[in-house]
Amino acid sequence: MLYSPEPMHIPDGFLSVLVSILLWVASILVIAYALRRVSRDLDERKIPLMGVLAAAIFAGQMLNFTVAGGTSGHLMGAAIATILLGPWAAILVLTVVVGVQALIFQDGGLLVLGANIFNMGVIGVAVSYMAYQTVLRLSGGRKWGIFAGGFIAAWLSIFIAALAVALQLALSGTSPANLAVPTMGGIHALIGIGEGLITLGALAFIYAVRPDLLSAGKESRGSGVLVWVVGLLIALGLAIASPLASAHPDGLEWVAEQKGFLDAAQGPLYSIIPDYVFPGMSNEALATILAGILGALIVFGAAIAIAYARRSRQQTDQTPEP
Amino acid sequence: MHAHFLDPYIQRASPIHRLDPRIKLVLAIAFIFTTALTPPGAWPAYVLLFSMVLAVELLSDLGVGYVLKRAVLALPFVLAAVPVLFTLGGPALVSLPVGRWTLELSQPGLERFLSIALKSWISVQMAIVLASSTSFPDLLVAMRAIRIPRLLVSVFGLMWRYLFVLADETLRLMRARTARSGQSDLPGLKTGGSLLWRARITGGMAGSLFLRGIERSDRIYMAMVSRGYDGEVRSLPLPALRPTHWLVLVCGLGILVLLLLLAYLV
Repeated sequence: MLYSPEPMHIPDGFLSVLVSILLWVASILVIAYALRRVSRDLDERKIPLMGVLAAAIFAGQMLNFTVAGGTSGHLMGAAIATILLGPWAAILVLTVVVGVQALIFQDGGLLVLGANIFNMGVIGVAVSYMAYQTVLRLSGGRKWGIFAGGFIAAWLSIFIAALAVALQLALSGTSPANLAVPTMGGIHALIGIGEGLITLGALAFIYAVRPDLLSAGKESRGSGVLVWVVGLLIALGLAIASPLASAHPDGLEWVAEQKGFLDAAQGPLYSIIPDYVFPGMSNEALATILAGILGALIVFGAAIAIAYARRSRQQTDQTPEP
Repeated sequence: MHAHFLDPYIQRASPIHRLDPRIKLVLAIAFIFTTALTPPGAWPAYVLLFSMVLAVELLSDLGVGYVLKRAVLALPFVLAAVPVLFTLGGPALVSLPVGRWTLELSQPGLERFLSIALKSWISVQMAIVLASSTSFPDLLVAMRAIRIPRLLVSVFGLMWRYLFVLADETLRLMRARTARSGQSDLPGLKTGGSLLWRARITGGMAGSLFLRGIERSDRIYMAMVSRGYDGEVRSLPLPALRPTHWLVLVCGLGILVLLLLLAYLV
C-alpha cells in the first residue's frame, strides 16, 4: 500500500558480507562529511525542513499513477530532494528515508542498509546534482533548464543506481552480471521515466507557486564542484563498467571467486583446520538432524516459557506491565 | 481515514517487548550479521537460526502468522537470485529446453539459491520482530546508544513525527483526485486521460505535497524557536544499562558466535 517493494531495495542475504561492509564504510564516510557540511553551512531552520521533507518523500511514494497492465510509476525522490535542498542535506534526507524503510518496513535489509543508502542516497543524489546543474548551466538558468534538468536528473539517478545494484549483486555472486545488468537496467530505464515525469510535474507546480524555492538551490557553493565531479565519475564509471561486466561476466565472476568475494570468511577457517571432523558428526545429514532436534528444543523451550509466564500472571492476577 | 496502519509497532507484554531497545537493536543486527556470515549450504545452521527466530517470535507474543505474513512482502526480490540456479556450473540436476538453448539446473546453483532465499527470509523475520516489538522513540534511544550522530537521530525523529501527518495529507490528495476524475470500477471504462496527463497530475500532487511539507516545516521551526530552540539538539541522558542487560547481551552474542563456529565446522 504505502510501499510497493521495488527491486531497488536489496534485502539481507543478497549481498556478500564483504560487499555489504565496504559499502557501509563508504556510506558512513559520506554521511559523516554531509553532517559536517550541513551543521556548518546551513542554518538551523534546515533541521525541521529535512525531517518533514523526508516524511514527504516517504509519503509521496504512495502517489502513483497507472502506467499499463497493473504497473504503476511512483517516486523515489532523490532528484527532487537534491533540487530543493542541495546535495548534502539531500544525502541526509535520503539516508533517513532508506533507514526507516529498512528498520520499520523491512523494505531492504539491515546489514545491506549501507549498500542501499549508498545506491539511493549517495549515488542518487550525486548523479541528480550533476545532471541538474549541467542542464541548468547549459540553459543559462532559464525555465526550460529547470524542467529538463529535473527530468534528466530523476531518470539518470534511477538508472545509474539500478546499474550499481546489479553490479553489487554480481560481485556478491548472487546474480550473474550478464543477466543482472540488462534486467535491472532495462526495468529501471522504464521506472525512471515515471520518476522523471512525476519530478517534472512537481517542479512545474512548485515553479508556478513558489519559484523562490527553486532559485534558492541554483547558486551552488564551493563544494558543488566536488559533488558535480563525483556525480559525473559515478555516472560515467557505472555506465561504462556495467556493459563491460555484462559483456564479460566471466571476468567479474573470476574476480568474485579469486578475491574471495563469494565466501569471504570461509577460506581462512578451512585452511586453519583442514579436514576437520567433529567426532560422530562428519555426516551432514546427521548434523542436520541434530540441528533439527536442537531447534525443536529451542522453540519448545520458548513455548514452555510463555505458557509458564501466562499461568503465573493469571495466578497472581496481575495486569500486564504498561 | 488516517494512516495509523503504517506503524508496525504492536503493544504486548512479552519479554521481547520489555527487553531494553539498545540490547534488542544490537542483538537483532548481530543475528542478521551471523545469518549473512554462515556459509552457503550450511543447512544445520539454517535450521538453528530459523528455530531461534521462531522462538523469538513465540516469546514476543506477536503471533507467528503475523510475522510470516509480513515476511512474504520482502520475497519478490528472490527473483534476482533465480539466474544463479542455471549459471553456476557443476553437475546438472534437470535440463530445461528453452527454445534453442537448454537451461541446466545445477546442484551448486540450487544450493546457492536456496541459501540466499533462506538467509534472506530468516533475516527479514528478525527485522520484523524488532520493528513490531520496539516503539519508534525506543529505537531512537537505541540509535543514540550505538553512536549515530544526534543531528541524524533528530532528523529521524522529526521524520517519524510528521510521517503520519504527511501520509494523511497524501491520502487526502489521492481521495480528491479520485473524486475529481470520476474513477470507475467498470472494466473497459477508460478514466483519467492519457499517460502524460496522469503523470502530470501526479507530479502536481507531489509538488503540492512537498510545498505543504516545506510550509509546515517553517511553522514547526517557528514553534521550536518560540520554545527556546537554538539549533542545538539536546536530549535526555540515556539510562544506564543494568547488569542483567549486559548478561542478556553477552549470552545472545555468545550463542551467535557458537552457532557460527558450528556452521563452519560441521
